[in-house]
Amino acid sequence: MSAGAVTRPEQAGPVDPAGAPRPAEASAFAAVARAYARSLIAMTALVVFAIIAVAALLAPWIAPQNPYDLTQVDLLDNLLPPGSESFSGQIYWLGTDGQGRDILSAILYGLRISLLVGLASGVIALLIGAAVGLVSAYRGSWLDATIMRIVDLQLSFPTILVALILLVILGRGVDKIVFALVVVQWAYFARTVRGVALVENSREYIEAARGLKLGHLRILFGHLLPNCMPTLLVVATVQVASAISLEATLSFLGLGLPPTQPSLGLLIANGFDYMQSGRYWISLLPGVVLLVTIVSINVVGDRLRDVLNPRLAR
Amino acid sequence: MVGFIARRLVQSLFVLFVMTLIVFFGVNVIGNPVYIFASSECNQACVNGIIADLGLDRPVWEQYFVFVGNALSGDLGNSFTFGVPAMSLIWERLPATLELAFAALVIALGLGLPLGILAGLRPDAISSRLIMGVSTLGFSVPVFWIGLILIMVFSVQLGWLPSIGRGDTVSILGLEASFLTLDGLSHLLMPAFTLSLFMLAMVIRLTRAGMREVLHADYVKFARANGISETRILSVHVMKNILIPIVTVLGMEFGGVIAFAVVTESIFSWPGVGKMLIDAIAVLDRPLIVAYLVFVVFMFVIINLLVDILYSVLDPRVRLGGGAR
Repeated sequence: MSAGAVTRPEQAGPVDPAGAPRPAEASAFAAVARAYARSLIAMTALVVFAIIAVAALLAPWIAPQNPYDLTQVDLLDNLLPPGSESFSGQIYWLGTDGQGRDILSAILYGLRISLLVGLASGVIALLIGAAVGLVSAYRGSWLDATIMRIVDLQLSFPTILVALILLVILGRGVDKIVFALVVVQWAYFARTVRGVALVENSREYIEAARGLKLGHLRILFGHLLPNCMPTLLVVATVQVASAISLEATLSFLGLGLPPTQPSLGLLIANGFDYMQSGRYWISLLPGVVLLVTIVSINVVGDRLRDVLNPRLAR
Repeated sequence: MVGFIARRLVQSLFVLFVMTLIVFFGVNVIGNPVYIFASSECNQACVNGIIADLGLDRPVWEQYFVFVGNALSGDLGNSFTFGVPAMSLIWERLPATLELAFAALVIALGLGLPLGILAGLRPDAISSRLIMGVSTLGFSVPVFWIGLILIMVFSVQLGWLPSIGRGDTVSILGLEASFLTLDGLSHLLMPAFTLSLFMLAMVIRLTRAGMREVLHADYVKFARANGISETRILSVHVMKNILIPIVTVLGMEFGGVIAFAVVTESIFSWPGVGKMLIDAIAVLDRPLIVAYLVFVVFMFVIINLLVDILYSVLDPRVRLGGGAR
């Protein structure tokens, strides 16, 4: 695609939304949205994710009980299978756990934390990674070589290992797991953005901007960054999904979040002990929600990649 | 070539330096190292002994070198819970982890190659789409949850497979192995499959991609024109060529599999180094935690170095291309 890019930038055409002229941003967005909507699976995934996100956001208002308010939880109602009725006549649609908490409520509250951790770490990693990648591609030479060496080294260590080391040292907590996930993820953003930015950097509009003696910051963030956005968006969706998955895994191991802030992973871990005795719902149902969340985000990301067609350097 | 290896060697030492620095300062800054290496029964005299041992009365940079020196000689203190040197515990538990990882590798290749070939031969068939769809799940689904589902179905509901431990083992060359006894094999099956899922998905994708590419190659056309049977073309000519990238990628991922065994081992209570780490964290057996971290960092630096060198031997472009790609 880069080989044939000898046209003037404003003629990049509809095949390349990344290089589309900026006054037409609104219509470009509409075109992307229309192209996205052509896939039924992708639309379903988007709707499912929207429902999950809204449910998580509204958890305190729509959950039948606050599972961490001891006055609302009755220990006598513990380990009830899905659909059971409590002594007070309330129906536990998804059953209760060992402490008598309503699983449905626990899932809604857990979803909140899982999504919060995933989004927060994804966004912070994106900001850091994109800035590093842009500067690396823009400045080139030894700075680029050094940064890319560091990125390569970091990527040669498995994510779970790096996160594990950090959490062992730091201990439990929302801030700590977000920090660990950011450390693990920034390199992915940096490498991808650097790859795209290198291609864009050699295009004529950047040359023109340099010729006009625009400031480095303005070229970087006003011209280079917007044209890397489609790729960033795709990588971000995939990374948020993997952050949620990694957080769940770490929490399952007892390394991520404290018991006072149970994410889906921690709920699954809590139910694991009961699974051996056939009380499957405590672990299974949060797991299903986790699975649906991750898969729906991934499907959305896949579709975005097809629609935006960024040159992913993975 | 020598220059390339030397450069990589220096780089590996640098990574080792940075990583041990992180572990060292993590241990020192976050927690008091005296309490990390002293058990709760330690009285003042014993604490003073440890301070002298660790050289805590000396400047920080000297302390770091004492720590590294200790690590190099394999002396990272005694485990609180077991009362024996932490490093010896790691060596003791490592064979179980390696067995699990190798079993996962065998499953990934044994299942992944045929499925990938099937998907590559008829890319538009429903069966192929199904295979590819499932392999996408293998990348995105949290693996620990699949392990739980396996336990739920095969251990709790059906009662076919045990969910805990290693089962009967047989000693070969002084190492215990589970895969040679029927009981051990039944214990090995589920954790190995769970651990293999990521690799399995990758083998399927690589095989399919390789098939799509190689089937249109000239030598396959010539082989067909020569009247060589389709089975022979597939099993000899095609196989040989698609295996190279698959083996390379698997080799590079193998370290990751060992790291990820932490998760699988704790689900299935498999007595390897990963389970040991999680147990050590739960009871704050800090010498053991530090020993594991140092060990694993060493292992990764060595694996990365070997992969780099091997790569430069197989593909001269890597070494000629220099540092940045």
